[in-house]
Formats: sequence, structure tokens, C-alpha cells
Amino acid sequence: MPKIIVEVMPKADLLDPQGKAVANALHRSGNKDIAAVRIGKRIELHFDREINDGDIANAKKIGEEFLSNAVIEDVVNVHVEN
Amino acid sequence: MKIGVVTFPGTLDDRDAARAVRIAGAEAVSLWHADADLKKVDAVVLPGGFSYGDYLRCGAIAAQAPVMTEIIKKANQGLPVLGICNGFQVLVESHLLPGGLIRNSDQHFICRDQGLRVENTSTAWTNQFELNQEITIPLKNGEGGYIATAAELERLEGEGLVTFRYIGGNPNGSMNDIAGLRNERGNVVGLMPHPEHAVEPGFGPDTSTAMRSGVDGLLFFRSVLHSLVNA
Repeated sequence: MPKIIVEVMPKADLLDPQGKAVANALHRSGNKDIAAVRIGKRIELHFDREINDGDIANAKKIGEEFLSNAVIEDVVNVHVEN
Repeated sequence: MKIGVVTFPGTLDDRDAARAVRIAGAEAVSLWHADADLKKVDAVVLPGGFSYGDYLRCGAIAAQAPVMTEIIKKANQGLPVLGICNGFQVLVESHLLPGGLIRNSDQHFICRDQGLRVENTSTAWTNQFELNQEITIPLKNGEGGYIATAAELERLEGEGLVTFRYIGGNPNGSMNDIAGLRNERGNVVGLMPHPEHAVEPGFGPDTSTAMRSGVDGLLFFRSVLHSLVNA
């Protein structure tokens, strides 16, 4: 099924509590070389037909306006997977 | 006077908000998220809770609900709207108020009686307070850390849009100790703490005179009635 993937990350300068908690757990289990962890979202938009340029432009718009909040997050990637 | 209280899937404090409206002397009207009909209400309360399970971001999906389309339209025409806790998050996600709300800085859900300073009384929801009045109402949330860009913060401070500031310690890392905001017109106010839980002796925060006797929240609802009567 063709799909558009929208990836959203918390802004780099903001606290990412999930990432911090996971990093702490990894350190406890011996993964000392992992300096930090950040956790974002991967959102899949599924289509029952071929994806066109208009769909990608619309996905970017949806990503900026609804799937992310520009005050706290960035859309870091929008791409097609078939 | 009719004050609408919106219920989204996952809203928790709609009944308390409706009760606060009635105690203040107005009629509470239930509004449903999927229904764009505002039933001719004179003001709207967006109550606390976890609309849509906080999916995507707190308040983000509620901001897209049919009832919000109508509320955003009417708010931009002057309809008084109060967003409490999740309701504040909905207002921010609806772009009726600027900025964003993120996880509390200590990563804990915080539930306590919270001191606030009322820093702007030129709003539909705060006109019965004294300027710089210190009040105590309950705070209960996990994602109450207010953030905005440096430029936005400067504008908020410069234009006097900060309406409530935390006192006695910043509970959640909110920038500039911001607990609540108003819009330019003063009809839209949002805050994280819960005025609707401090409206009746016996059920509010403790005060120096008696346990659970705090009713500082009542003035929010009396303020909107005052502004409607004098409109």
C-alpha cells in the first residue's frame, strides 16, 4: 500500500522527557556509549491509489499545521514509501 | 445568561465547570464536540480533562472538532471563552492563544493547591479581581509547562497579555512563570489551574481561616457575568 511518511521530532533545544527516561534506562543496562536519546513520531498516511505530487504537498501542509506544533516540534522528513 | 460547557471525548471536568457556572448564578448549557451548534450561549468554557486521550498532542485533535470551528469563529468576534487546563491546551492548539504547553519540567503529574497572581483584570473572565490579587486554586496536570518563542514572550509581556503568574514556586517550568494568558481583545482567557474546583466552601483549597473554604475560582465566573451584563 503506498504511503506518505511524516516524521516529527521535538525541537532540539526542548526537554524530551521520554528520550531522557529511555537514555537513563539504557545507561543502567550498560549502554554507556549512548550519549542521549530523543524520541519523535513517525506518522503513516496510507493511500489506496498511487501517490502524486499534490498528495505530498498536502502531506507537508498537514504535517506543519496539524501533525506537528511549530512551537514545540519540527517536521524533519516527509517521504513516500511504496 | 447562558454559559456553554463543551464536552469532548475524554473531558473530565465538564460537570464541575457547569456546577461552577450555576453557583455563580448563570445557566449552564452542555455543548457537544461533534455539534457545531452553540445553542445561543453568551460565553463558553472549555473544561479540563484528557480530550482524545491526549493523542497526537494535548488538545490538538479537540481543536479540529466541529464545535471548535464555531467557537473559533465566534471568539474572533468577541464571544467570551475560558479554557481551563486541557481547555487552555485546546485554545493554544486552536491558535486563539499563542505558544505551547509541554511536559512538566520535573516530568511528574502535579496535583496541588497553587498560588497565582492576577496580572490583568481587563478581561471578560478576570474583571472582578483586584490587579495583582493573589489567589489559590487547584492545579492538576502533567503537561502544563508554558513555552513560546523569545519574540512571542516579549510581545506577551509588552502587551500585558500575561493574565496569571505562578507564585510560591513555579510548578512546571513555565517560561516567565506564566500560568494563564488572555488574547488582545480580552474575551479569550486560558490557564492551567482550575477555578471551577474552588467555588464552594467545603470543597475548595484550604485557607488561613478554614479548611477547604477557598472560593477564589468563583470570581472567574462572576467576572464573565459582569462583562455580559455590562456589554
